[in-house]
Amino acid sequence: MSSSGLGARCFAVWALGRREIVRFTRQRSRFIGALAQPLLFWVLFGAGLHGSFRAPDWAAQTMSYQEYFFPGIAVLILLFTAIFSSISIIEDRHEGFLQGVLVAPVSKLELVLGKVLGGTLLAVLQAVLFLIVGGVMSGIGLAPAMGIQVSVVSAVELVLFMSVIALGLAGLGFMIAWWFDSVQGFHAIMSVVLMPMWLLSGAFFPGDGVGWLSWIVRLNPLTYGVAGIRWLLYAEGSAPLKVVASSSQPAFPTCIAVTLLFAVITVLGGQFVASRTARPRKIKTSK
Amino acid sequence: MEDLVFDVQSVSHRYGQAVALDEVSFQVPRGSMFGFLGPNGSGKSTLFGVLSSLLPVQSGAVRALGIDLSGNLLEYRRQIGVAFQSPSLDRRLTVMENLVCHGQLFGLSGPSLKSRIKELCERFRVWDRAADRVEVLSGGLRRRVELAKCLIHRPQVLLLDEPSSGLDPGARREFWDSVEELRQQDGITVVVATHLMDEAERCDRLVLLNRGKVAADDRAQVLKQKISGETLTIQADRLDELKRKLSSDLGLECHRHGDALRLHCSDGHQLLAQIMDRYRADVRSISLSAPTLEDVYFAVTGQDFSDVK
Repeated sequence: MSSSGLGARCFAVWALGRREIVRFTRQRSRFIGALAQPLLFWVLFGAGLHGSFRAPDWAAQTMSYQEYFFPGIAVLILLFTAIFSSISIIEDRHEGFLQGVLVAPVSKLELVLGKVLGGTLLAVLQAVLFLIVGGVMSGIGLAPAMGIQVSVVSAVELVLFMSVIALGLAGLGFMIAWWFDSVQGFHAIMSVVLMPMWLLSGAFFPGDGVGWLSWIVRLNPLTYGVAGIRWLLYAEGSAPLKVVASSSQPAFPTCIAVTLLFAVITVLGGQFVASRTARPRKIKTSK
Repeated sequence: MEDLVFDVQSVSHRYGQAVALDEVSFQVPRGSMFGFLGPNGSGKSTLFGVLSSLLPVQSGAVRALGIDLSGNLLEYRRQIGVAFQSPSLDRRLTVMENLVCHGQLFGLSGPSLKSRIKELCERFRVWDRAADRVEVLSGGLRRRVELAKCLIHRPQVLLLDEPSSGLDPGARREFWDSVEELRQQDGITVVVATHLMDEAERCDRLVLLNRGKVAADDRAQVLKQKISGETLTIQADRLDELKRKLSSDLGLECHRHGDALRLHCSDGHQLLAQIMDRYRADVRSISLSAPTLEDVYFAVTGQDFSDVK
């Protein structure tokens, strides 16, 4: 009775993706953690570091720290949501759900795609929400004025671009989480790998100038995500960002290429790790 | 030639240096209720993993429903339903959402999926709970939902891993009634991995596993006939002391099984009376019964079922 056509495979991916979304809506705390905390960061850090910030060469010199930090926070939301959603693979393993999927006629690529699709949708939705809330706050004077101007076209482009970033991050989360038996273990990786990855992406500070630091920024795939969002936020402005040879604000085509490549690599990487581990780990049987 | 669902030939499986399955061979005829019985560490979970396609066939060959399990697993998975020891339901989703999700994994959708879900829920008497989240259901209900989930794509084979663990006796009976009904009405072949005797008793064919090897493979009736006579089960406060006494005074060789002594004899009544006469003070209770599968396991493997770890 079951079928194996392409449509059926899409249903399988969608079934897994939709499940992520339903689970998310039933855990309100995740929503608060993933959206309210970054918003708070933006307001507090923005206010606190306001005085000590000097706009980088490639930006308008009137740019406040809060404005500089704005795309960085959007990426932080993408990071948190996409990754936390994909680490639910650890929960799935413990609760037995994963076993049920592994004995269904679902390929490993479909498993990864389903998992990251859910995470990506949730992440982008929240990042868009933040960008709107932040824009409104700035507009009504609750936050410093920003030179951001977005048209319908660039807004659509922005959503698409953020989706690719989120896909890459969710794929990365899947690749890492597949090896972990506990969420605690994953948190360790989170604080030594993923948070620094965000900090050194030009999201928090430009990082130009200092030699070794600018190289890390340059090699960090997330840098291209933050920079890409920045390009799109100012796409319509009268004073666009200047393209200079900067490690923290590479040219837009480079941003697109690197971000796409990162997403493809992490999703295929997720498929690879999921196919390699033959032995399913022991399921906890505590009721 | 018998119509076979599984034809397992010389399957071995290792985890590093540890051998979990050692040259295991057996066949499962279509329509049977087939069990593999063994204590923890006997290799039964590994065998279950191989048959459910979670683990690869490392050496040997498994032909299942005409499909070579070292080949196209996706096609094989379309034809089996697997219920694990720990339910594979998502507790945060409702019964309906779980079943829809699982149906879609098998490529089902739309009205045909909906009507199949309704049919299964009604059959397992969970339709009135379809909108409830799984986390609020009792263990027995969860098991029934799990069973419905496994059957959504009309599999030919149902694989069950210790299916009644965690269920109370009532729920256990209900669960097995449902399974038996499936076998009778739908002609589904049922394969059960278990360490519980009452689950094994329901099977018409059994493989006894001991340390990764097949210790016996036959119809349950035939296995039981391997042991003639009766079994005496004695409970006492000081078991080892009583065991010594029985051995030295009466020349009886009994084996310890958990918190009881068991021994086989041909003249149970006489022996019972004799033991009660001599050791009334030591014995807490004594009972006489026909041999069980536990006795068969002991007779075949020389291993006490509850002692093997």
